[in-house]
Amino acid sequence: MAGVGGGNDFQWCFSQVKGAIDEDVAEADIISTVEFNYSGDLLATGDKGGRVVIFQREQESKNRPHSRGEYNVYSTFQSHEPEFDYLKSLEIEEKINKIRWLPQQNAAHFLLSTNDKTIKLWKISERDKRAEGYNLKDEEGRLRGDPFRITSLRVPVLMPMDLMVEASPRRIFANAHTYHINSISVNSDHETYLSADDLRINLWHLEITDRSFNIVDIKPANMEELTEVITAAECHPHQCNVFVYSSSKGTIRLCDMRAAALCDRHTKFFEEPEDPSSRSFFSEIISSISDVKFSHSGRYMMTRDYLSVKVWDLNMENRPVETYQVHEYLRSKLCSLYENDCIFDKFECCWNGSDSAIMTGSYNNFFRMFDRSTRRDITLEASRESSKPRALLKPRKVCTGGKRKKDEISVDSLDFNKKILHTAWHPKENVIAVAATNNLSSLPDVSATLYLLAKPPLKNPPLKKMLGRR
Amino acid sequence: MEVNTEVKRIITLSLGKLYSSRSQRGGMKLHRSLLLSLVMRTARDIYHSARLASESGEWQPATAQSVQEQPATEEQMDTSGAQVETSAPQLTSPLDSQLSEVEKPGHPSYARSTEDEENRSPASPGCQSRKRRGKASAEPDFLPSKKARMETGGESPAIRCVGLRSSNVNSCRVGDTLTSVPVSLAIAAF
Repeated sequence: MAGVGGGNDFQWCFSQVKGAIDEDVAEADIISTVEFNYSGDLLATGDKGGRVVIFQREQESKNRPHSRGEYNVYSTFQSHEPEFDYLKSLEIEEKINKIRWLPQQNAAHFLLSTNDKTIKLWKISERDKRAEGYNLKDEEGRLRGDPFRITSLRVPVLMPMDLMVEASPRRIFANAHTYHINSISVNSDHETYLSADDLRINLWHLEITDRSFNIVDIKPANMEELTEVITAAECHPHQCNVFVYSSSKGTIRLCDMRAAALCDRHTKFFEEPEDPSSRSFFSEIISSISDVKFSHSGRYMMTRDYLSVKVWDLNMENRPVETYQVHEYLRSKLCSLYENDCIFDKFECCWNGSDSAIMTGSYNNFFRMFDRSTRRDITLEASRESSKPRALLKPRKVCTGGKRKKDEISVDSLDFNKKILHTAWHPKENVIAVAATNNLSSLPDVSATLYLLAKPPLKNPPLKKMLGRR
Repeated sequence: MEVNTEVKRIITLSLGKLYSSRSQRGGMKLHRSLLLSLVMRTARDIYHSARLASESGEWQPATAQSVQEQPATEEQMDTSGAQVETSAPQLTSPLDSQLSEVEKPGHPSYARSTEDEENRSPASPGCQSRKRRGKASAEPDFLPSKKARMETGGESPAIRCVGLRSSNVNSCRVGDTLTSVPVSLAIAAF
């Protein structure tokens, strides 16, 4: 299918906006992770309050041709609760750091969700039938009067009921991480997955909760000699023995689990030599990689550091094949960004289904898309003011200096409290989910809003039917 | 020096962030603490090299070119000002005390070149020539310095620094917390 390009490249419109508008929104509603499942029919979000909300795409029907597969709430559940570590006198946040779906194998859906310390496997299943006509219980489940008065028996019958979606925790993988978990990744063998914290990576079997294999350990013997931490890890999409992990120094290590039980020695080491002329106080912070994602093909991987996105060919270790500047105009503002803590923000990045385009977030609720083939890029804004349904989003531009043109926004007017850290791209179609985060310290606006964007509806309805993927 | 004012500001800011992260919900984040300590180390290196650069003018090495003799008098006048400057703010000397290497007034070029080396790659972990190993092996303030002290006439700033160093060990000023709680301990808290 055509990627971002091909006729109506970079034309996007708001499909839906999900989130509370009123000022009652609490910090707990801030979305901390967004993830489509393998088919794209389900979209999961996790928030700071430990909740998971799953949206399901409606089937497109002839009756409502304009509803191009809307996402509506399918299930909501509390995944993690705040806990207290009594030994260290530390509170364990319930914030969901990552959600990863398992490939669907039966009618139920499974996902892994994790906070800083504990990973949970959740089963989301539908129930649309209910047994009725019990002998001992009445409709509300209360015991019927005197059981001795029953003179005849009947078999309960399954009757249809309103669809109920239940989420139940099937496995809890706990007590394996001393440091804060930053990544989980399901392996292509569909049996194992890895979890990574600042210094260690563990390999789990989905059926076994009481033990895991430690496959990477970069903790130095003397913690005072610590120079780098693990920032993200991911399994290769096709080769179940390969995974990568990124570091705070801007390097990526690819490891092969066949080589050794402990993958401390990498198989490949990806690092771009630093440009000595751009060295500054904050060089180390901005080179820290916040996210790493394999392409769907498995041939490339993408890394996000503070100012740029880089695409690496797995066969070439000494430099990325493509580098995209996300917001280079911030390079001269690093000191202020250090003061207001924004320099520590961890942006994620994602590929589209065909690997022809990549997307990542920025400040002022801007997000950026890059078309890899045409090298064109666009900046769009996720905001309620401009979010009329089916209206085309206007490209935004940041004025870096000199005269500010009309419709441009100057760097100093950017709102650094509004940032897009989490984005997701539908695995097959041009539908994206963008979580706009808004710190409560700013004026009350939307605190946590999920924007769903899609391509504008085509003017020719018959053509649309042909392209519809259901 | 504006550079050093800025550097001091960044160090103070970083320390504030480090301490406030201790009371953060969820505990100290190792990654953030590491990045803060890297900034502080870079700032400390820049501060020290800037300071040495300003002081190196007063110590004319025996091998100095004749070209330098003319500005020598001006530099001596400058260094008298620098001497006052180094003694006044308590922040400056504690920063020196962080160093395990005492300045050798008799060989400023040596000290300077060492500093330049260190400053060229302030964050290279495996560099063996570094005497100061970042967070790790800064000698504690209370130990006597292993380096012999030069007994030349012009060593008063070094002595002043040394004197201030020992006197600051037990004081509780904010400036001292810059070094009396070495950066390494912040990480080792884990």
